[in-house]
Amino acid sequence: MTDKKTSVSRRSFLKGSLAAGAALSTPAFWIQGAYAGGHGFRNDPTNKATVTLGFNVPQTGPYADEGADELRAFKLAVKHLNGEGDGGMMQTMKPMNLKGNGILGKKVEFVTGDTQTKSDAARASAKRMIEKDGVIMFSGGSSSGVAVAVQALAQEMGTVFMAGLTHSNDTTGKDRRRYGFRHFFNAHMSGAALAPVLQAEYGDERQVYHLTADYNWGWSQESSIQEATAKQAKWNTVNAVRTPLGAGDFSQYITPVLNSGADTLVLNHYGKDMVNSLTQAVQFGLLDKQVNGKDFTVVVPLFSRLMAQGAGESIKGILGSTAWNWSLQDAGSQAFVKSFGQEYGFPPSQAAHTCYCQTLLYADAVERAGTFDPVQVIKALEDHEFSGMGNGDSIYRGADHQVFKNVLVVRGNQNPSSQFDLLEVVDIVDRDKVTYSPDLYAGELGPYKV
Amino acid sequence: MAKSTVTPRSDLTLFLGFTLVVLAMPIWLQPFGAAYPDLMQKFAIFGLFAIGFNILFGQTGYLSFGHAAFIGVGSYATVWVFKLMTMNVIPAIIFGTLVAGIFSLVIGFICLRRTGIYFSILTLALAQMSYNLAYSVLTPITQGETGLQLSTKDMRLLDGAVADGAGIPPTNFFGIEMGAWDGLFGFYFCAFFLIVGFYISIRITRSSFGSMLRGIKTNQTRMMYTGLNTRPYKLAAFVISGMYAGLAGCLMAAVDPLAGAERMQWTASGEVVLMTILGGIGTLVGPVIGAAVIKYAENIFSAIDKSVLVDLFSFLPDTLGTFIASVVSLFVGKGWHLTLGLLFMLVVIFLPGGIMEGVDRIKRRFFVKSRADSAE
Repeated sequence: MTDKKTSVSRRSFLKGSLAAGAALSTPAFWIQGAYAGGHGFRNDPTNKATVTLGFNVPQTGPYADEGADELRAFKLAVKHLNGEGDGGMMQTMKPMNLKGNGILGKKVEFVTGDTQTKSDAARASAKRMIEKDGVIMFSGGSSSGVAVAVQALAQEMGTVFMAGLTHSNDTTGKDRRRYGFRHFFNAHMSGAALAPVLQAEYGDERQVYHLTADYNWGWSQESSIQEATAKQAKWNTVNAVRTPLGAGDFSQYITPVLNSGADTLVLNHYGKDMVNSLTQAVQFGLLDKQVNGKDFTVVVPLFSRLMAQGAGESIKGILGSTAWNWSLQDAGSQAFVKSFGQEYGFPPSQAAHTCYCQTLLYADAVERAGTFDPVQVIKALEDHEFSGMGNGDSIYRGADHQVFKNVLVVRGNQNPSSQFDLLEVVDIVDRDKVTYSPDLYAGELGPYKV
Repeated sequence: MAKSTVTPRSDLTLFLGFTLVVLAMPIWLQPFGAAYPDLMQKFAIFGLFAIGFNILFGQTGYLSFGHAAFIGVGSYATVWVFKLMTMNVIPAIIFGTLVAGIFSLVIGFICLRRTGIYFSILTLALAQMSYNLAYSVLTPITQGETGLQLSTKDMRLLDGAVADGAGIPPTNFFGIEMGAWDGLFGFYFCAFFLIVGFYISIRITRSSFGSMLRGIKTNQTRMMYTGLNTRPYKLAAFVISGMYAGLAGCLMAAVDPLAGAERMQWTASGEVVLMTILGGIGTLVGPVIGAAVIKYAENIFSAIDKSVLVDLFSFLPDTLGTFIASVVSLFVGKGWHLTLGLLFMLVVIFLPGGIMEGVDRIKRRFFVKSRADSAE
């Protein structure tokens, strides 16, 4: 590596570059403060006329459908906060401190981002919202892996994250964070709600085969369902196979089920994956089989209407759990379904419901705290009891930032009366039955002040 | 960069100009809406990655489709040092780069037995294998899809345990947090490595080692007929470029302490190929420009949605404005890949030498013109 023609010596070269570096790093000092709001907290909107929220949802990838519906709900929530439209759940939620004039009198604006259902992309997108767009809170979801990753970022950056659809126990379990909040239910609750119904429906001592999405949420749901059904009805796991997220074709995973001696298939899949795996399972004739003297059966622990729509005929008669369904008759659900329907022409999904609620709950907490300071807002959300949002009396447990509310057990409707009437509510499981100790999935929330 | 005009002085000018432009990024990127720390860090990190990739691809002509694996390995190694030893980034970066170097030595040793498409496929296969290992098989080490994250319960032998109720300590450079100066410290930290990496790449390109690499690209068989064993040179280039990628992965983890498996996916490997081709294969600055263009598109275009466009075109008559907005909206937001694809096609068709060829053409036009002027 010799270069005899060099007329500039290394020494002068280094000197020159050092000088250039020093001269150019000066802007770093006067740009300081451009991103954070001085000494208070990050992105303090006090001196601005508006306040910005960030909505970070999967717009591409296996969860794109859920992401699109989440985004609709966020936009609707912003409308209602700003006093446009009919106000939706703002008429029914209790306690209710929102005035329809934005949050603390500031008009609500929003920015969106695409998580691509990838942790890196989601964090980059969230960072853009926080550093460039100056959001005071961000929300979104549809993958627990992503939710866990951005929740950790929320803690580092000191910006509140109101998780959207994320069902893994880890989100408010081992990976819980002070700046992260989850309104959606989780795998443990699914297991607790489903197990008695499954026992009543399919009896004891079944041989179960699990197909599981190979990531945080899948693992979490697999173990929760195994535990709950083993305890309740002595169901035994024959095999648990992990499938890659977004696999598309599941036939190679379903064929072995036929000869495994299992009489029950549990699909720990969600979104397009679940649509594909369930459709293929039905096409392979699993449901027509008899094994161990029992009718073969398929269970999808986490259901959503969007998936039911995608799976079409296959979903009929399949049992699962869901956080919320548009057919609920309480005032809160009705108000939300009505204004969502007027806006978009079809009923909202459970993902839309949780995102809508999260936005209102955050705004309400800011009003109650009287400030955007995240420390005060977090304290206002912790152990906050509310109702009128579609799931009965609910509480934001302070110990792990998980909402405890009623859980629905649903069945794919045999005779749907419309293209949206796909899930029949079998049971509304009371929140006390799905509540567990915060120490069950131990984790550290971390400090208030970061 | 025509060969005849290269002198040590022109290289110095190039280097100083590059340094200037990189360090002044927080200023001149303001109008583009890109002057926020995370994106500038990405520019620097992926710029470094592309420079390293170009040492292999641009100089020897060996097209590796698995370079993202080294990024991943660097990231995982770095986060493990954070977890076990200390939150100071220097030991972590040194360790991560070395691990990536060793890993690339192994991969390179296997893959360089073949040339051309076989080499590309081998690297792709090995990288995809590493990705799958990281994604599911090695979950205890990599945490699979969630990504390897820090926790308050980590050992951190040198730093000691955190106080009860305190958060995870931030990554730092001998006490200066990466997030200091509102995140700009993290950027300058990465920019330092980008500049050093750029300098090394100039030196390699101008060295006899560099000539040897270009000889391999031009006609490897002839090189071998002259009695020269090309393998050590190829392997060295492969390891150097693997270490660049590893360093980029380390920096990623240093400014954002998380390592995810998707960093190793083949799409990430393909991205750096695009960056290099877009900017200009074999040029010094090209890959950095390509990296910046792609990262800019990914982060800024993807965030523009229809309502922003409607605002933008509101000066036009209503129907026309909405129409244009709905057409343009196909190319932004979730359609940003489409824009990138078009741009890539245009560049490859009209400027096979990448953006740098465009710059060169413009330069030549002006240069020739001024010469003609002086002749008059």
